[in-house]
Amino acid sequence: MAEVSEYLKNERAQEWRVALRAKMKNKERTQLERVEMSEQAAGMRNKDFTEVNCGLGMEDARNEALRCLDCVNPTCITGCPVGINIPKFIKKIEEGDLLESARVLKETNALPAVCGRVCPQEVQCEEACFYTQKLKKPPVAIGHLERFVADFEQNSGEMSVPLIPKKNGIKVASIGSGPAGLAFAGDMAKMGYDVTVFEALHEIGGVLKYGIPEFRLPNQIVDIEIDVLEKMGVKFVKNFIVGATASVEDLRSEGFEAFLVGSGAGLPNFMHIPGENYIGIYSSNEYLTRVNLMNAADPEYDTPVISGKKVAVIGGGNTAMDAVRTSKRLGAERSMIIYRRSIEEMPARNEEIKHAQEEGVEFMNLHNPLEYFADENGRVCRMKVQKMELGEPDASGRRRPIPIEGSEFEMDVDTVVVSVGVSPNPLIPQSMKELEVSRWGTIVVDQDSMHSSVQGVFAGGDIVRGGATVILAMGDGRKAAGAMDDYLKSR
Amino acid sequence: MNKIIEKEFFSDAVVKLVVYAPRIARSRKAGHFVIVRTGEKGERIPLTIAAADTSKGTITLIIQKVGVTSAKLCELEVGDTITDVVGPLGKPTHIEKVGTILASGGGVGVAPLLPIVEAFKQAGNRVITVLAARRKDLIILEEQMRQHSDEVIIMTDDGSYGNKGLVTQGMEEVIQREKVDLSVTVGPAIMMKFTTLLCGKYDIPTVASLNTLMVDGTGMCGACRVTVGGETKFVCVDGPEFDAHQVDFDEMLLRLDSYKPSEAEAFESFLSSHPKSV
Repeated sequence: MAEVSEYLKNERAQEWRVALRAKMKNKERTQLERVEMSEQAAGMRNKDFTEVNCGLGMEDARNEALRCLDCVNPTCITGCPVGINIPKFIKKIEEGDLLESARVLKETNALPAVCGRVCPQEVQCEEACFYTQKLKKPPVAIGHLERFVADFEQNSGEMSVPLIPKKNGIKVASIGSGPAGLAFAGDMAKMGYDVTVFEALHEIGGVLKYGIPEFRLPNQIVDIEIDVLEKMGVKFVKNFIVGATASVEDLRSEGFEAFLVGSGAGLPNFMHIPGENYIGIYSSNEYLTRVNLMNAADPEYDTPVISGKKVAVIGGGNTAMDAVRTSKRLGAERSMIIYRRSIEEMPARNEEIKHAQEEGVEFMNLHNPLEYFADENGRVCRMKVQKMELGEPDASGRRRPIPIEGSEFEMDVDTVVVSVGVSPNPLIPQSMKELEVSRWGTIVVDQDSMHSSVQGVFAGGDIVRGGATVILAMGDGRKAAGAMDDYLKSR
Repeated sequence: MNKIIEKEFFSDAVVKLVVYAPRIARSRKAGHFVIVRTGEKGERIPLTIAAADTSKGTITLIIQKVGVTSAKLCELEVGDTITDVVGPLGKPTHIEKVGTILASGGGVGVAPLLPIVEAFKQAGNRVITVLAARRKDLIILEEQMRQHSDEVIIMTDDGSYGNKGLVTQGMEEVIQREKVDLSVTVGPAIMMKFTTLLCGKYDIPTVASLNTLMVDGTGMCGACRVTVGGETKFVCVDGPEFDAHQVDFDEMLLRLDSYKPSEAEAFESFLSSHPKSV
């Protein structure tokens, strides 16, 4: 840590940074208003899959960059799971050197265009920003700026590829090509390792491809970032399930010396209530995979999806918001969120809830499904829900929802998407008997090194956390890369 | 990878493809399946592995033309590649020496049954196999089954080959004749429902290999879920084989028809634009 703060101090003392700080008084900087990112009109955007957020223009980005005070103690960095040098990349915007700014992002973040879109900055870097903490003003729009710079670079046609040292000849593998695996691969390649990423599906990107919808994160954005990793020498192998196609032991005998398991949270949870297996009831994973990965909304593609007129999405997380907003775009007349707590307790980001509300999603908070009913063909046609009220706080600190007796009623639905969390994918643990797992099926790792109970096998992301965010998975991937480097050197 | 090495028509609607997939050939066991996708706009479907040759690095898939995806697969020729093949998936068949095995296969369900029969025979069991189809030309893999079975009984609906009658009639004759320790059944869901009911009548432990709709095949989506013993199970990671007496076949039958209207429409339009597959 001391090394890092010394590095940041030296960076901040560079002439160009000193000169920029002198250009404008802090008092003037703090007078500036935070920029607003424009969005597609709600009534239009809920009919197609175009990206909702439009990004910042050059002038807005420059003005926003002026707000950053280039603090002596940049607390924002401590709020970033991948430790981006935030003041430096922002000051590069102020200076007008956007390609250099993008290079700063990529020093520690393999996927800046992704993170600029899907990170919950409001509880990370922006929460730790001096404006939030001390001035009680809206923070510098770090996320918007990250996206702006990453997009600028992608559109410039001059994608920088981080410098790669001479290959050290040591083969390492990532099991899974989601955020943890990609962040890991980027860091390992930068340290000279020969990295192969194994992916079970036919597309690279994991949840970034099958989970997050096009209107929040276009697949093309992800592909450009993956392309950079390929240029860094990272090899990608699709349609390969470690633990099935070949075991970790097989891969060891083929020369792989260490592994990161980033296989994600595989199994969707259901509520185990009557009628839950009727036709038209999906897990959010299935619903989103059909639409995002398999392009079911496009008649040119073979994969079908049932896109009903009355859609109920059960749950209150970001995935539930993705599913309910997708249903609107597939032509639903009523798209409803059914969540057993109140809107304040919803785990989804405020931005996602706001976007869903603007797009005409109905929020049935303090409601819980009890049972589904089907027509003569087994297709769901009605559901029974119960009203809830909030009691005392539970273990999660949120007020516990309590059913209100006698408040049950039935409503018509023709599609239901169950989005009540996921459990870890069992394929890897099943194939490695000596791997220690928790009683929830997550892989047990040392918190500092992400090293599992098996020598040379590290793990990160949802397979360890059981369901978290893209950026936390990326942070794990980076942490594991650092620890794996130490491990391989110390043998 | 995924290149088609050999193609054989078992009938107009049933095709055997031998596919180069050395990793899968090496790792697969009886009961395993793969997910395949053909074309960049194709869908992912599960297919059971009928056989594998580790020295040649190939797996054998048997496909019945029932919809757009299977028809596209049947159109592929030797030298073509299947866009994506991933596996082996599912839990392998639990093989042990139990005594007498009654194996029943219907339609292309005979293909996944072959490696199971082979493995049970190798483990020292007496294996009696009942193969059933609507008519003679739909009976497949008879020779291979004979190689690995102590006895093979053929049943056709129209009596054009073997005995006339349903698979259950052939099975019941065996059950009444000798003690059966385990029944293994693979075929259309409706067939497995009735073979299971028959075995239930005689208290015979029964294993069914289920073939449901799937998307990823790795446990991620839950499209394949079935109710087994009152609990929801995923065929892709918990199966594909289950205690047949615990399986809710009626629910499975309904779920198999999830996309029936749109599938039928898609198949119609596919056939009209591909005259050679009619």
